[in-house]
Amino acid sequence: MRQQPIIVLDHVCKSFDGGRTSAVRDVSLHVARGELVAVVGGSGSGKTTTLKMINRLVEPDGGEVAIDGESARGLPGYVLRRRIGYVFQGIGLFPHMSVAENIAITPRLLGWSEQAVAERISELLELVRLPASLANRMPAELSGGQQQRVGVARALAARPAIMLMDEPFGAIDPITRDALGLEYRRLHEQMGLTTVMVTHDVLEAVLLADRIVVMRDGAVIADGAPRELLEGHPDAHVRALMETPRRQAERVQALLEGKPTT
Amino acid sequence: MNDRIAAAFDQLPGYLGEHVLLSASALVLGLAISLPLAVAASRSARLRWPVLALASLVQTIPSIALLALFYPLLLALSAATERLLGQGFSALGFLPSLLALTLYSMLPILRNGVTAIVNIDPAVIEAARGVGMTDRQRLLRIELPLAAPVLMAGIRTSAVWVIGTATLATPVGQTSLGNYIFSGLQVQNWVSVLFGCVAAAALALIVDQLLGLIETGVTRRDRRHVLAGAAALIVGTAAAIAPTLGSGASAYVLGAKSFSEQYILSELMAERIRAQGFSARRNTGLGSMIAFRALARGEIDAYVDYSGTIWANIMQRQESASRQTVLADMEEWLRREHGVKLLGPLGFENAYALAMRRDRARELGIRTIDDLASHAPNLRMGGDFEFFARPEWSALRDRYGLHFAQQRQFQSTFMYRAVVSGEVDVISAFSSDGRIAAYDLVVLEDPRQVIPPYDAVILLSPARADDPVLHRALEPLVGAIPIELMRQANLMVDRDQDKLTPLQAARWLSEAAGLD
Repeated sequence: MRQQPIIVLDHVCKSFDGGRTSAVRDVSLHVARGELVAVVGGSGSGKTTTLKMINRLVEPDGGEVAIDGESARGLPGYVLRRRIGYVFQGIGLFPHMSVAENIAITPRLLGWSEQAVAERISELLELVRLPASLANRMPAELSGGQQQRVGVARALAARPAIMLMDEPFGAIDPITRDALGLEYRRLHEQMGLTTVMVTHDVLEAVLLADRIVVMRDGAVIADGAPRELLEGHPDAHVRALMETPRRQAERVQALLEGKPTT
Repeated sequence: MNDRIAAAFDQLPGYLGEHVLLSASALVLGLAISLPLAVAASRSARLRWPVLALASLVQTIPSIALLALFYPLLLALSAATERLLGQGFSALGFLPSLLALTLYSMLPILRNGVTAIVNIDPAVIEAARGVGMTDRQRLLRIELPLAAPVLMAGIRTSAVWVIGTATLATPVGQTSLGNYIFSGLQVQNWVSVLFGCVAAAALALIVDQLLGLIETGVTRRDRRHVLAGAAALIVGTAAAIAPTLGSGASAYVLGAKSFSEQYILSELMAERIRAQGFSARRNTGLGSMIAFRALARGEIDAYVDYSGTIWANIMQRQESASRQTVLADMEEWLRREHGVKLLGPLGFENAYALAMRRDRARELGIRTIDDLASHAPNLRMGGDFEFFARPEWSALRDRYGLHFAQQRQFQSTFMYRAVVSGEVDVISAFSSDGRIAAYDLVVLEDPRQVIPPYDAVILLSPARADDPVLHRALEPLVGAIPIELMRQANLMVDRDQDKLTPLQAARWLSEAAGLD
């Protein structure tokens, strides 16, 4: 770790059925300032629950979550969430508000002046590469990719240090998805963000993240740089998961060279 | 025709004002209860089912029964508050109507409200939490605005229901556009019935359109539509209610049960009080038992009842007695038990009587109820809504051994039609009814004197028992109205051609009886 971790999960547990089964069991995770961590795993592996415990959309049953060295429980959940950007697959733009109003929501909750809000809106539209003319459109008039750009802008509006992203580009067509991923990586660098991104797409994780955390059955089974995990891992499941993008890349390469692909 | 429409228009400001005041109050109260309840029910699945089931259950109770049921309930509640706080309240009129209509208004608002909130895209709710809204901010900024169009549609439905159902408030003593319908039905003034229906429908349509304007505004997020609709509703409501405020507080209230004679006599009494320079208003269409209780509680100041009704139903006396004994016992009993003043008999009887078509009676050789009893198993009997539930009927049935092939209940107008057309053979008529002569019916004799005397008497409420204005205005009526004149006045209102309004008939009666 380069410095004191900005996000700490310490032996965190969660059960949704009163303890009969565990969604997350004893997860500990440190995220350093400036890192982009991808959490991968199959459905039901507990990756989304782990993410939501960071901004307390889900309250942990046990263990501690600390943000910037302070317990997440020290503040009301909504105050914490105003400081942490949140982007998810459902996008969830407010359909009765214009693009500008959607972006302005958290700054307004925090009581920014209208002038500061207006400046921030045009700054953000530029950052997520949307034309200023879209500001007064309603969400229903936008394409899926444009909607998620607004979703990212809304999450960034109040200048959070941390971004949580849950399958952010999962419902978007492959070309836009690739572009959005790369653009987000650029924003992450440019604004010095710390990002935790949940995805089931290992290729996306490998190409965007500084570090990959693999989860299975509510527990972390691997944690390392993409390169390390690609080179091999003692756990068979992790190996199988990490081999997928490599095998796909090899098949694409073979196709290009005119060799049989199976 | 034209003067009947003109007469209906004259009453419009009063009726409309009361109708609007009642409907608007019920809607506002219904909204104030339903909206928080809808939000709570949308939050908790455990609450949702019972709330919606209860609201649906209320809807299955016939509206007129719901209105009627609130009277005894409020009566008991009023007695309880009187005991505890020394202060009761009126169980008649506005309050029971308001509560029943409020209950009625709730289902569409609740159902649409819950459906609208529950069906909001879960992603939007997650986003609202994710950006850091509190529960309250989420409700006010996201859930309610998104639910508003569906909610408004529910409010529109509710408004139309309430305005329509408010016409049924008349029988519990609340003036409404239903007064046109109930009094018109009673005296066969179809112009009045139609006028009431059209007025209520027009009111419902206008309100629906204005709420529709607000709904459009809410859906399109266009503030001007919302403001225009709301402003029109508020101004319209205020304008309609204005005439009813200020008037009436100190006015004398004259009660009337729901038949022509009662309408005429209440008009006659009201005119005489006005002639003394005081204001008077009428509370008409009261049920027979409700009228006496309302008087005893001072909700009405005076009305005409009949000695036999008080004797059998209120005093619970089983035996029959002479006219004079009944009057004397009654005067003493009413004063002692209720503080009610019996001002005096008007001079005619309106007794229950069994009547048949003259030709049918002759054909079967029926003259008395004894004769009737032997034919009864082959005959059909028609009664008004009260008759078969009254002690007079059980007494007649038991003493004469009456067992009819069929018993049917009619609104009294249709009861007469039924006996004339031969649909029934015998009906429960009233001896002062002008229609007995007009339809050529015969009243069967009562040789065993089972039916008690039915002298029409003026009763005054305890608070007004010694009121000099009432005494001055109404004492001249005592002993002044012979049966022939009352029958003629009743027929003028009940007949099919050249009908008079109860007020016109009251003026005719006043002149004919030499009271002017």
